[in-house]
Amino acid sequence: MKRMINIALPKGRLGERAYKIFEEIGYGCPEVMENSRKLIFENEENGVRYFWAKPSDVAIYVERGAADVGIVGKDILLEGGHDVYELLDLKMGKCRMAVAGPAGKRPDSEKTLRVATKFTHITREYFEKKGRDIDIIKLNGSIEIAPLLDLSDVIVDIVETGKTLYENNLEPYETIVPISARFVANKAAYRFKRDEINLMVEKISEKIN
Amino acid sequence: MMNDITAPLRQDEKAVLLLRNLYEQYGYKKYKMSKFENYELYLENKSFLASEKIVTFTDPRGKLLALKPDITLSIVKNAPKEIEGTYKVYYDENVYRAGAAGDDNIKEIMQVGIELIGNVDLYSEGEVLTLAARSLKSISENSIIGISHMGLISALISEAGLEGESASKAGKALADKNVHSLRELCGERSEKLEKLAMLYGPLDKAIDELKRVCNTESCKAAIAELEELTKVLFAMGEADTFVLDFSVSNDMNYYNGITFQGFIDGIPRHVLSGGRYDALVRKTGLDADAIGFAVYPDILERFNTGERGFDVDVLLVYDKNADASEIAKAVEKIKSRGKKVCAMPDASNCRPTYKELVRFN
Repeated sequence: MKRMINIALPKGRLGERAYKIFEEIGYGCPEVMENSRKLIFENEENGVRYFWAKPSDVAIYVERGAADVGIVGKDILLEGGHDVYELLDLKMGKCRMAVAGPAGKRPDSEKTLRVATKFTHITREYFEKKGRDIDIIKLNGSIEIAPLLDLSDVIVDIVETGKTLYENNLEPYETIVPISARFVANKAAYRFKRDEINLMVEKISEKIN
Repeated sequence: MMNDITAPLRQDEKAVLLLRNLYEQYGYKKYKMSKFENYELYLENKSFLASEKIVTFTDPRGKLLALKPDITLSIVKNAPKEIEGTYKVYYDENVYRAGAAGDDNIKEIMQVGIELIGNVDLYSEGEVLTLAARSLKSISENSIIGISHMGLISALISEAGLEGESASKAGKALADKNVHSLRELCGERSEKLEKLAMLYGPLDKAIDELKRVCNTESCKAAIAELEELTKVLFAMGEADTFVLDFSVSNDMNYYNGITFQGFIDGIPRHVLSGGRYDALVRKTGLDADAIGFAVYPDILERFNTGERGFDVDVLLVYDKNADASEIAKAVEKIKSRGKKVCAMPDASNCRPTYKELVRFN
């Protein structure tokens, strides 16, 4: 008996690109890309059920079993420490987690470093390893503005091209970790829907490599 | 009409009864413990605990105590100092610790399990695994226990040239079946670990596969142990519940030898976890081996309950001037028809859910 696979997709460009892959390898469900008020999309024939979620919530849906599998950025996994199987690196949505600050300057190493970020866990761990005393300022968006207003000395954030940074007279100082999208699975679902999930992994892996 | 006295029990409470009965049948004695322990015990073994968040308080003499976040440590601490043969106990206790990742609130978590301390021979290991399998089967027919071997995992990690932080990163990658990260960590020497991460299947077949993956001296003992254990599990008729799965792992500072995790279809995370923890026992100065597991019945609360039922069949509401003995008669009459009934004054604001409402004037 073939069992339905529940898939959590991150809202936005990454999720749309990921869905295209699913569609191309035989897991299509045309409604997904239509503009409708529906929240859950099912294609019984292909054995899949999709839903869109806030990108930072996808890992929670998967960890808690509301979705069997999902597409999620490595940044979210590192920050949340979610207990899920990380079965594939999709090599999409590539970017990096970096420390950035005012261009041409470096912060005074004698003072406590003020760091503005959304990613408090990653930040704490990174500077702890370096033995640097920091003051974390948790922000939820527009991180780049913090050093401009002297709210912080540096920021820790995702850098794709660095364009926003340069336009605001900021520059990346150092890379913490490279980031890309990952295909994750719930640890219990992987055991009970193993054939279905493995087949999906195999097909995706063929497609992206 | 005969009453089923277990009827009011929730799914998790029923499971606890079944489990206790199961362990008693194999001669495990109930271990009763205090709600708190010296904080020191947990401080010394912090990384053994599932979470570092502990509730502490001071007793009248100024001693720092903790609401127990774990049971195994207390059992090991209080075990007889010289064990000939084996010491077998089971417990049914609540522990107090932070919930899942991201949830810092302290929760009361129900835990039922067994510990076997002393001379852990092949039969003992087989018995503990059998009881683990039967524990899950008493809850659901559709269960799986993944079993792995910490000795083998650490041998392969050091064979790949990893130590310290990169060794623990490799351990995490293995637990997440994260092959791309293993490749990053060990470069060309990642092949065996990659295969280990993806190895999964019924014990006998998977062990044959495992033999092809690792043939070094350091792995042979572990593979032989798994092989012998498989025979015992077949003899017990429980081998079909188990799969070899090296994404199951535990802290290497405390666990050595076999380690396992149990899953039930329909529950999103493991409901049983256990393994061989000689290293922990040795740390407390006891010259013995140990193996055990815990089941988390709390997780069953939302399992298989189907349509939410009503609290009672009949809600009987009475006027404040109604005659008490007349109410009593009415209640008994409904009850005699085999229905659950709850009687309350008319103005109550904490009514149970009900199928039928009866007014008594």
